[in-house]
Amino acid sequence: MRARKMNNVNYNKDVSYLEYKGKYSGLPGWIFSTDHKRIGILYLVTMLSFFAVGVSFGFMIRLKLLFPGNAIISPQTYNSFFTLHGVIMIFLFIIPGLPAVFGNFFLPIMIGAKDVAFPRINLLSWWLFLTGGLLAITSILLPGGPADTGWTFYIPYSVRTGTNVIFTMFAAFVLGFSSILTGINFVTTIHRLRAPGMGWFKMPLFPWSLYATGWIQILATPIIGITLLLVIIERLFRVGIFDPSLGGDPILYQHLFWIYSHPAVYIMILPAMGVISEIIPVFSGRTIFGYRFIAYSSLAIAFFGSLVWAHHMFTAGMSNTGQFIFSLLTFLVAIPSAVKVFNWVATLYKGSIRVEPPLMYALAFIFLFSIGGLTGLMQGALSVNIQIHATSFIVGHFHYVMFGGTGFGMFAALHYWFPKMFGKMYNIKRAKTAFWFLLIGFNLLYFPMLIMGWLGMPRRYYSYLPEFQPFHVASTIGSWILITGLIILFANLIIALRKGKIVTEKNIWGGETLEWQTATPPIVENFEEIPVVESGFYEYKQNNIQLVEEDINK
Amino acid sequence: MENIPEQNQKKNNTGYTKYILVWFALIILTGLTVSLAGMDLGRITVATALLIASIKSSLVLSVFMHLKSEQKAFKVFVLVALFFIVVSFVLLFSDYSSY
Amino acid sequence: MISAPENTAAVNIHRDDIGTRMGIWLFLFTELLLFGGMFFIYSIYRFLHQNEFHLAALELNVIVGTFNTAILLTSSLTIALSIAAIQNDNKKLSVILQIMTLVLGAAFLVNKYFEWMTKINHGIYPGSDLLLSRKPGEILFFGLYYVMTGLHGLHVIIGMVLIAVMLRLTVLNKIDSNNFVRLEAAGLYWHLVDIIWIFLFPLFYLIT
Repeated sequence: MRARKMNNVNYNKDVSYLEYKGKYSGLPGWIFSTDHKRIGILYLVTMLSFFAVGVSFGFMIRLKLLFPGNAIISPQTYNSFFTLHGVIMIFLFIIPGLPAVFGNFFLPIMIGAKDVAFPRINLLSWWLFLTGGLLAITSILLPGGPADTGWTFYIPYSVRTGTNVIFTMFAAFVLGFSSILTGINFVTTIHRLRAPGMGWFKMPLFPWSLYATGWIQILATPIIGITLLLVIIERLFRVGIFDPSLGGDPILYQHLFWIYSHPAVYIMILPAMGVISEIIPVFSGRTIFGYRFIAYSSLAIAFFGSLVWAHHMFTAGMSNTGQFIFSLLTFLVAIPSAVKVFNWVATLYKGSIRVEPPLMYALAFIFLFSIGGLTGLMQGALSVNIQIHATSFIVGHFHYVMFGGTGFGMFAALHYWFPKMFGKMYNIKRAKTAFWFLLIGFNLLYFPMLIMGWLGMPRRYYSYLPEFQPFHVASTIGSWILITGLIILFANLIIALRKGKIVTEKNIWGGETLEWQTATPPIVENFEEIPVVESGFYEYKQNNIQLVEEDINK
Repeated sequence: MENIPEQNQKKNNTGYTKYILVWFALIILTGLTVSLAGMDLGRITVATALLIASIKSSLVLSVFMHLKSEQKAFKVFVLVALFFIVVSFVLLFSDYSSY
Repeated sequence: MISAPENTAAVNIHRDDIGTRMGIWLFLFTELLLFGGMFFIYSIYRFLHQNEFHLAALELNVIVGTFNTAILLTSSLTIALSIAAIQNDNKKLSVILQIMTLVLGAAFLVNKYFEWMTKINHGIYPGSDLLLSRKPGEILFFGLYYVMTGLHGLHVIIGMVLIAVMLRLTVLNKIDSNNFVRLEAAGLYWHLVDIIWIFLFPLFYLIT
């Protein structure tokens, strides 16, 4: 036992990361920790808090929309609610999402490293995240009221409205920084800290997805950073950049906004796809089909995804040439995503399937993401786009991909890695019950949006024609079922944290990646000794992983 | 300090000359771009200015910033970033330069 | 750079200079793209308002601009040489060169200050009545001029702060021939600031 004791703190490297006491203990020991695992947990807790706020806004929106006319909240409040719902869910939940929680926690372990390349920058990322979140929440409370522009902050309204646009935009700016630093950290970590013997094509698919995501975070985020900054400057100093009354071009704003915000959706989805690529093989008892194709497809999605942004602007006043080019590129970007779906399904085929919660969420992901993806293709067709732009159809589409995709991907990751992270097991039956509430509630909530959007129901509208009410009612009831599912899911996990069955086994699911070779929960530096990888990818379990240490089984 | 990896060790007798030569080139190129600005080059005015600026930048990148002596990955990174900028710009411009 | 054990979970701090430089380069890309966004805007508006941009550019002083360009290029030289100097164990030379870099940076900022004040005293600044009474292309030109050179100036200040920190560390022998990656990092940042100006200069001053 290699323990070094100094001043009643215990630098024992063999203790779990949860129990370790360094210079600080208690809360400071967490919020000043540079341990990637603790930072992942910090993100998890703060992110879920913001998620709860975002869900509440969603709940209120759906409540109002039960009735076609004035009801429940004023139109002004409604505008602020959908703005905040979007800002919170996108910038505080889905974009940081999987990379910040599970990337932070598991990337170093999965590549056989002790931590990320820049642990202190990692901590800074979280502090920036927290700051941005608090700024966004504060904007609600300041005079002037919360922003009512929609999360897209389109010109000219965003330079005209008297609400707290500057605050909200600045919050998004700060959050962008957090995202950039995470991207830099992960890309460097993957280049520099892979264990000896772990070549690029022995690296698991979740790190691959984080690598592609990191590049998007680095290259795309600054564009929205400068765009938001320019709008803030324009509001403050009447400079004349986008404001049409000063000679500016509002369409140019839209271009710059979407040059980031479209790749942002790939920041959201790529890590979720990485998680699915990890879970499916484990619960099929088979190696993933087409490993290299999946790895390359992550890079391809990042690449093509950077080239399609103007498909959000087809009806805004673009040139015909621009419309044509972007529509074509939009169809192309669907191909690598389809490659992944085919490979997952091929992995499942003739596998020995174990229906556990992680797999259930993964299967739901495939189903829901496919609906979202196909509706996306529909929107990419110019003629269709004219009909459905700015309708509920779009709202349905992006919830299917962002929530049905990334959201369910997060639930899958939570149920897959929870035992490893906390050394506790949750109640499987309750987890499955939550799953069904979520799946049914989700579809009841969002599928009607596809239908009524097609029939002409606009998005972001406070009042609507009576013929749409049945759809809205169904949708709102779906939201209640969904929220019930969320409550069951998280209550189940919280109960497990407190009095769940203790897990000390290293590999309860039979996984083949390095996190399943470490202690449960992991020790502070993840490994007794850095592993030397001599087998192929995903063959660690079969080849009895070559860890360079005497005693694996403690 | 023991165990300093090869990459971190000092290199005595690092030359100063190459930096000074690059500096000369940069100053000359600056003079060139200023004098060309006085002439009417018609349609290639912007392209010329950007070309000279690009040459200056690549000198700064490869010599001052040591890109030339870094690992291959760094060079690939720079190309990726430049590629993203150029392609984004071309796509953006295509919307404005056509009907 | 090994801090006390109680500050870290790992007792041995992992040192990886290549990794550090890699992180810096990736960060520089974000700065490049931050300004890149503004160059995009400049390009589009210039394409849409060619004559007005041309007219507005005539009001900028090419001599001061060229002088500032030379100043910044020379400061890039001095910081690059300061790294070579520390690699050669020549602490004194490295310190002198870092100080020269700071002096040149300050000179750049002073010039910029006078340029701006001249314009502002003539009533040409964002939101001014005089400017807003001009044609849209000119309003856009000067809006971009102030924002882009302003943000660039802010980065010059940041760069100078970084170099000042490295200067102190060099004097205190914390940066030496065995451990100079932080000076390299500051240098890289400074070179990027220089590269941005290399593009700003012709696009604002030389389109006449």
